[in-house]
Amino acid sequence: MHELGVVFHIADSVVKIAEENQASHIRRVVLEIGQVSTIIPGYLLDVWNWNCKRVPMLEGCELTVEEIPAVTYCTACSRTYPTVPQGKICPYCGSEETYLQQGNEVEIKEIAVE
Amino acid sequence: MDPYRIIEVKQSVFADNNADAENLRREMKAQGTFLVNLMSSPGSGKTTTLTRLLAALPEKMKVGVMEADIDSDVDADTISRTGTRVIQLHTGGMCHLDADMTRQGVRQLGSSDLDLVILENVGNLVCPAEFDTGAALNMMILSVPEGHDKPLKYPLVFQVCDVMIVNKIDVLPYFDFDMEKVTAYARKRNPNIRIFPISAKTGEGIDALAQWLTETIRNWKAK
Repeated sequence: MHELGVVFHIADSVVKIAEENQASHIRRVVLEIGQVSTIIPGYLLDVWNWNCKRVPMLEGCELTVEEIPAVTYCTACSRTYPTVPQGKICPYCGSEETYLQQGNEVEIKEIAVE
Repeated sequence: MDPYRIIEVKQSVFADNNADAENLRREMKAQGTFLVNLMSSPGSGKTTTLTRLLAALPEKMKVGVMEADIDSDVDADTISRTGTRVIQLHTGGMCHLDADMTRQGVRQLGSSDLDLVILENVGNLVCPAEFDTGAALNMMILSVPEGHDKPLKYPLVFQVCDVMIVNKIDVLPYFDFDMEKVTAYARKRNPNIRIFPISAKTGEGIDALAQWLTETIRNWKAK
């Protein structure tokens, strides 16, 4: 839902990292995005491609998204289950005392530079 | 072999903003200005609540307001009628403010002589919660017509907020809004959340909120 802001933050971060590493151009950015992070990869890619035209160091830069599946942990029965489509209620014991173990990430994994 | 050098980053997209927000919090603490980030969905009564709150705060407290919207200056215009120093921030299509935009706003407002700056974030329960603005206090408004199930649907905003204001309690008799349930759902997200039921229309509950905020600012300044 806020892909525009997220793209600006990614672009600023990777340009900074590339400069720190004396790189002149960024060829590829790999992101890790959790399944329930509220980021929609398709939208993100559209905004990314638009933004790359505005930032010389990012011209033609490819964006790859690796999805991290969402996993919920149940504190009542100490088991994990896939968050989608189960949600907050544990399918094994019916408890609501659960929390998201992974799947909320929005991370820059690596970048390829020249 | 890959013709390019690979740099392992392993960094959250929000890391830079979070660091920037910490810096802004320190800057505001150094100049003694308490920054409040006010969030809610559109139409929950942020501007009306602010207008009431401004009138209920002690007269000697110097207050400024930053109105953030995608477009227009209707909210800034409303607040300026109260005689409070106000600026309108346009986010240029973005659904939230980040720490850097907040800092620019604080500078533009001219806040060094102010005790309190209230940032009225873009009306939205999703995106503003993801971006730390650098505020000392996060406050959100949930209005009765929106329903008591919102902490279940938009968990993050309730998790990051220190205060939940339940607005429009004057219309409670007409809605199936359950105050006990909303309290339980919100506390599930954040056990320490403070809840203030108010009606910005009738003024009910505003004094309690103003008193608590005044005391909180006093304690913060003394620290």
